[in-house]
Amino acid sequence: MRTVFSIMTDAVAYGMVLFIISIGLSIMMGLMRVVNLAHGAFAMIGGYLASYALRDLGVHYSVAILLAVIGTIIASIPFELLLYRRIYRKADPLMQVLMTIGITFFIIGIVNFIFGPSLKPIPLPPTLSGPLDIGFRMLPTHRVFVIICGITVALALWLLIEKTNFGIRLRASVDHSGMADALGIRTEIIYAATFALAIGLGAFGGVVGAEILPIEPYYALRYMVTFLVVVSVGGAGSILGALSASLLLGLADTTGKYLAPEFGDFFFYLSVIVIVFLFPHGLFGKAHA
Amino acid sequence: MSDITMIHAPQKRVPFAQEAAGALTILALGAVGYFLYPDDLAFLTRLIGIAFLVLSLDLVTGYCGVATLGHAAQFGVGAYAAGIACIRGVTDPVALLGVGLVAGTIMGLISGALITRFRGLPQLVLSIAVGQLVAGLANKLSWLTGGSDGLSGIEPGKVFGVFGFDMYSRTGYLFSLAVLVITFVVLQRFVRSPFGLMCRGIKDDDLRAKMIGVSIYPRLVAMYGVAGAVAGIGGALTAISTGVVGLDSVSFERSAEVLVMLVLGGAGHLWGALAGTVIFMIFEHVVAAANPFHWMTMVGLLLILIVVFAPRGLIAPVMSLWTKMTRKGKAA
Repeated sequence: MRTVFSIMTDAVAYGMVLFIISIGLSIMMGLMRVVNLAHGAFAMIGGYLASYALRDLGVHYSVAILLAVIGTIIASIPFELLLYRRIYRKADPLMQVLMTIGITFFIIGIVNFIFGPSLKPIPLPPTLSGPLDIGFRMLPTHRVFVIICGITVALALWLLIEKTNFGIRLRASVDHSGMADALGIRTEIIYAATFALAIGLGAFGGVVGAEILPIEPYYALRYMVTFLVVVSVGGAGSILGALSASLLLGLADTTGKYLAPEFGDFFFYLSVIVIVFLFPHGLFGKAHA
Repeated sequence: MSDITMIHAPQKRVPFAQEAAGALTILALGAVGYFLYPDDLAFLTRLIGIAFLVLSLDLVTGYCGVATLGHAAQFGVGAYAAGIACIRGVTDPVALLGVGLVAGTIMGLISGALITRFRGLPQLVLSIAVGQLVAGLANKLSWLTGGSDGLSGIEPGKVFGVFGFDMYSRTGYLFSLAVLVITFVVLQRFVRSPFGLMCRGIKDDDLRAKMIGVSIYPRLVAMYGVAGAVAGIGGALTAISTGVVGLDSVSFERSAEVLVMLVLGGAGHLWGALAGTVIFMIFEHVVAAANPFHWMTMVGLLLILIVVFAPRGLIAPVMSLWTKMTRKGKAA
C-alpha cells in the first residue's frame, strides 16, 4: 500500500511535469504542424535562466519563474522570425525534424558556452521544500506544488481555448488556416502568439519540474524524445489528450522504474509502440488530411 | 524531379560503365586515404563503417521518403550479432559479415513492418521508439551484449585465411574498402531496378502510386529489409575492425548524426550519402576533439543553413553541373 501510494504520487507529479512542458508543443503541432524537436531546448533555457536568477541575482522563487518565462520568450523571438516561420505547415516532416534538431544543437552549444557545462540546481524556497501533511500521509510539498501547477495550466488553457476570442480564432486557424485567413483572421499573429505561449509554458515546466527532470547540459537531447512521444500518444493539439498521455506515460515509466529498475526505459517505449500502432493519430487526436 | 528520372532511365551505352566508374572513384579515394594518412587508418575504417549506415538510411529516407530517427538499430544489431558470433567461435571475417547481414535484414524487416505502416508524426515516433527499445535491450541484456561496458574481445581470424588484422588497421581498412565497393556497385544497380524506381515513385507521390495499382506497404517493408542488410554489413565490419561494440552503436545520437550526414550530402543519391559521411566525419574528427559544445553549435548552425539554403544537399549543385556538362557533350 505504501509503495503503491508513493508510486502514484511520483507518477502523477512526473506526468504533470511532462504535461506542462508538452502541452505547449502539442498546441504548436496542432496549429502549425511543426514537429518541433527543439521544444526541450527552450525548457532548458528557462531552467538555466531560473537557476542564474536564483543563485546569482538572489531573487525569490516566484520572481525567478517569471524572469525565466519572459527571458525564454524573448530569446525565442529571433528563432520564430527567422526560422520557424519558414516551416509552418510545410508537408515535409524531414525538413522540420532537421531544422529543429539543428536549433537544439545550436542552443545546447550556446547555452553551455554562456553558463558553463555543469548541472544547474534550482533551489526551492523553504515553503516548497520539506514534507506536507495531508492528514493521513506525508507528501513532499514540491510534488503537490507541481500537481497543482499542472491542474491550473490545464484549466487555464481550456478556458483560453474554449471561452475567449483568441481561442476561437486559434481553433479556426487549426481547422482551416486558409479559410481563417480569408475571413480576416491574421493567422501570422495567431501563430506568433501561440509560439510565445508554447515556449513560455515549456520554460515554466522546465523550471518547476527541475526537481524531477534535472537541468543539465544535455537536457534538451535527453528529453527531446519524451516530449514528442507525449504529444504523439495524446494527439497533437488536444489538452485532454496531452494530459492523459502524460499521466499514462508517467505511470508506465515510474512503475517500470520502481518494479523493474533494471529495464529502465524499456516499458516506456514498449507502451509507446503499442499505443502509436493502435492509435496512429493519438488517443484524442484528429486525422489531418 | 524530371531531371533525376532522366539520369536513372535505362540507357543504351557501354554496359557496366557507370558501375565501373563508381567503383574506380571509390578505390581511388580509398587509395588516397591509404597512402596519405597511414596513421589515421583506424579512423578511416570507422568512417567506412558509418558510410554503410548512411547508405542504408539513404535507401529508406532518400529513396522512399521515410523519416526515421531510429536507424542505428539495424547497424547496432548487425554489429552485436557479428561480435557475439565471433566470441562464440565463428571467426572467419566473411562469415561474420554474413551474420551481420542476416541479423540486419531481420531487424530491418521488423522495424520496417512497424515504421512504414504510417506516415508523418506517427512514423517518426515509432522509428524513435523502435530505436530506443533496441538500445534499451542492448543495455539490459548484459550477459549477451556486455551492457554499458560494451562487447569486447572480438578477435576475428584472417581474411580468406591469408590477411590477418593488424594494429594499424591496414587489413581492416582494405577489407572494409573492398566490401564498400562491392556494396556500392550492387546498390547502384539496385536503385535503378524497376523495384528501386517504384520506391522512388512511392516517395514522390504515394497516392498516385496506389492509384496505378502498387501495393505500397510490402514494397516499403522489403526496401527496409535491404536497408537493414546494408546497415548490418556496416555494423559487422565495424565490429570486426575495431574489436569492440559499444552502446553508442545503437544510440539515438548515432541515428540523428547519420541523418545529418545524409542530408548534408544529399538524400536520394548514393554519392550524396558517401559525400555527406566523408565531409561530416572529417569535420567532426578535427573540431569535436577541441570542444564538444563548439562542435554542437557548429553542427546546429550547419543543419539550419542546409535546410534554409540547400535543402537538397551539397550534391545537388554538383549533379546539375554534371548533367549540364554531359548534355553539352552529347549536343556537340
